[in-house]
Amino acid sequence: MAIAVVMLVDDEVPFVETMTKRLTKRNLTILTAFSGAEALEKLNRQRNVDVVVLDVKMPGMDGIETLREIKRAHPLVEVVMLTGHATVETAIEGMKLGAFDYLMKPCEVEQLMAKVEEAKRKKGAQEQKILDARLKEIIGRVGG
Amino acid sequence: MAPEVSTKNRLANGGYYRSLTRNMILTVIVISLSPLILLSSLIGYQFHTSYQNKVLDHLQEIVRKHKQNIDSFLNERLANVAMLVRVHSLKKLSSEAFLKEALSLFREEYGGVFVDLGLVDERGVQVAYAGPFELKRANYADSEWFKKAFQSPFYISDVFMGLRGLPHFIITVKPEGARWLLRASIDFVAFNSLVEATQLGKTGSAFIVNRNGDFQTRPRFATAFPRELLTGFLSKKTGTQEVAVFENDDPSGRTFLSLMTPLKNGQWILVYLQDKTDAFADLYRARRLGIIIFLLGGLGIVGTSVFLSRRMVQRIARADREKEMMNEQVIEAGKLASVGELAAGIAHEINNPMAIMVEEAGWIEDLLQEEEFKEGGNLDEFKRAVKQIKTQGKRCKEITHKLLSFARKTDPAIKVVQLNDLVEEIVALCEQRAKYSSIHINMNLMPSLPTIHASPSEMQQVLLNLINNAVDAMEKSGGSIDITTRLDGSYVVLDVADTGPGIPQANLARIFDPFFTTKAVGKGTGLGLSICYGIIHKMGGEISVNSAVGIGAVFHIRIPRPKIDGKKGTSRS
Repeated sequence: MAIAVVMLVDDEVPFVETMTKRLTKRNLTILTAFSGAEALEKLNRQRNVDVVVLDVKMPGMDGIETLREIKRAHPLVEVVMLTGHATVETAIEGMKLGAFDYLMKPCEVEQLMAKVEEAKRKKGAQEQKILDARLKEIIGRVGG
Repeated sequence: MAPEVSTKNRLANGGYYRSLTRNMILTVIVISLSPLILLSSLIGYQFHTSYQNKVLDHLQEIVRKHKQNIDSFLNERLANVAMLVRVHSLKKLSSEAFLKEALSLFREEYGGVFVDLGLVDERGVQVAYAGPFELKRANYADSEWFKKAFQSPFYISDVFMGLRGLPHFIITVKPEGARWLLRASIDFVAFNSLVEATQLGKTGSAFIVNRNGDFQTRPRFATAFPRELLTGFLSKKTGTQEVAVFENDDPSGRTFLSLMTPLKNGQWILVYLQDKTDAFADLYRARRLGIIIFLLGGLGIVGTSVFLSRRMVQRIARADREKEMMNEQVIEAGKLASVGELAAGIAHEINNPMAIMVEEAGWIEDLLQEEEFKEGGNLDEFKRAVKQIKTQGKRCKEITHKLLSFARKTDPAIKVVQLNDLVEEIVALCEQRAKYSSIHINMNLMPSLPTIHASPSEMQQVLLNLINNAVDAMEKSGGSIDITTRLDGSYVVLDVADTGPGIPQANLARIFDPFFTTKAVGKGTGLGLSICYGIIHKMGGEISVNSAVGIGAVFHIRIPRPKIDGKKGTSRS
């Protein structure tokens, strides 16, 4: 079983392709999107995505905007930002908007893996909490 | 003149400045000299005329007085003789003893004026004589004076030598209807002294001439009396009481002033001659002095105007040069800014392909793990090459990221900033990294530090750069960083002190230069401190560094407090 379902969002096609190969090899299930709009659309169809790796700088809908939309529609999906710029501000802004973390491009695949795993764990924990809460609710109802 | 076109041209050729200097000098000279000239010529003219008139009046007065003296002298002598004739009979007058007595009486009374007395009959023979010469029985029948004297009751002759061979003149009195006359000769020397008293200045001389221009007294100087002057005077028919004034040039080029007045009913003329320069010596001296003062003053004005104009134009030229330099600097700065933007663009464009390349190398690395390559003889070489590609890719990343942050437009919006808050924020950011290098960050923040006007993101960048530098400096050795905020007059001061190895003296001067770095190749871009420098200077502050090798380095940042605090509080906790 795959470690996580990850969606790569970047307008640079060769980058996405290579990353896909490398991450697949590391036992991740990879979905790809080449623009923010495409990513949102795929997320709506594909409900099992755990982590989105999102490039900040993209033509059309940019990373921050996409992030905002993702967090609005899918609050549990974790987002790791990839910045080409060394813009601390953008990264900070992204994290304020709910991104899990950020990485500078080009990044070590191991780093990315680590972040993805962390994000996945966080998401898992979060989901677990929700599950527990639900269970509690149900049990409570039964008990009550 | 379009000002922008000309600045370069002005500097290119000195013509503009030369004509500017010339115009300034001329303006100053004309403005300051023209009232001086007008005033001095007006006053000079007035003074000249009035003084000349005064001198002439004075001379005329003297001459008039003298004329009166001489006239009265002659009249009195004539009256003396006439008295003798009227009072005494012919018989008594014919007695030489009586004449002698009368003569001695006269001489006693009037000094040596009377020389002799004599009675001359109608034939011209001197029948009785008293005096120092042997002139008894002398015959005057052919003498000029006798002919004239016999026609009139009174007669005063011109000066002549006569029988005695000495200059004298004669006064004769002939009673009504008498066949004889009494003759008295007047000593020339005594008479002369009367006229000679009128000697003024160095060249002033008075003398008497007759209508023919013959001297009747001895002039002070042996000057030839110009005849045309006399004819001029005679033709004017001057009244007997008037004094006529003439000016004439003598052959040697000097101008003489001559005053003339008739004597003895116009038979004689009293002449006063004086060199004009002598007569008006005081005036000319004053005028000379005035001219000298004027010339010196003018020279002073000209000198001053030349000096001042030159200096002024030099200053203008210097200001122009500075302006030109400033323009060049502005252009240079603009160029730098656009180069920066270009660099940022390029860096960004390179970053993405670089990321792909690194990823591809990573992919190769991944593939090399597969079984089928494990046996390949060059596996290690492949691995090494791929690793190298990745290392170099990382290096490129560093560079592009630094370049981007250098050229990036940070949010320059000026806000009211509490420096203490910023420091705390950044220190919190850096503390983790510092801890790994066993560096302790101490904050010594002034509790009620006034706020400053600055861009928060820029100030953050400055703080981060300084703290990162300090951490870098002590990465291996460890140590402490002391961050202090304080107030110094109208400046808010931030000190960042480390206990690192310090900065060598040789590097201190260059530390804020762009691209100056002491870090290993690939580790630093040399832009951090120059970015700080640019930011601090932009907000009117100062950044400086003190350092001692082996002890550490202290960076001081001085940021001016806002001049008008307005409604915003000066302190915020």
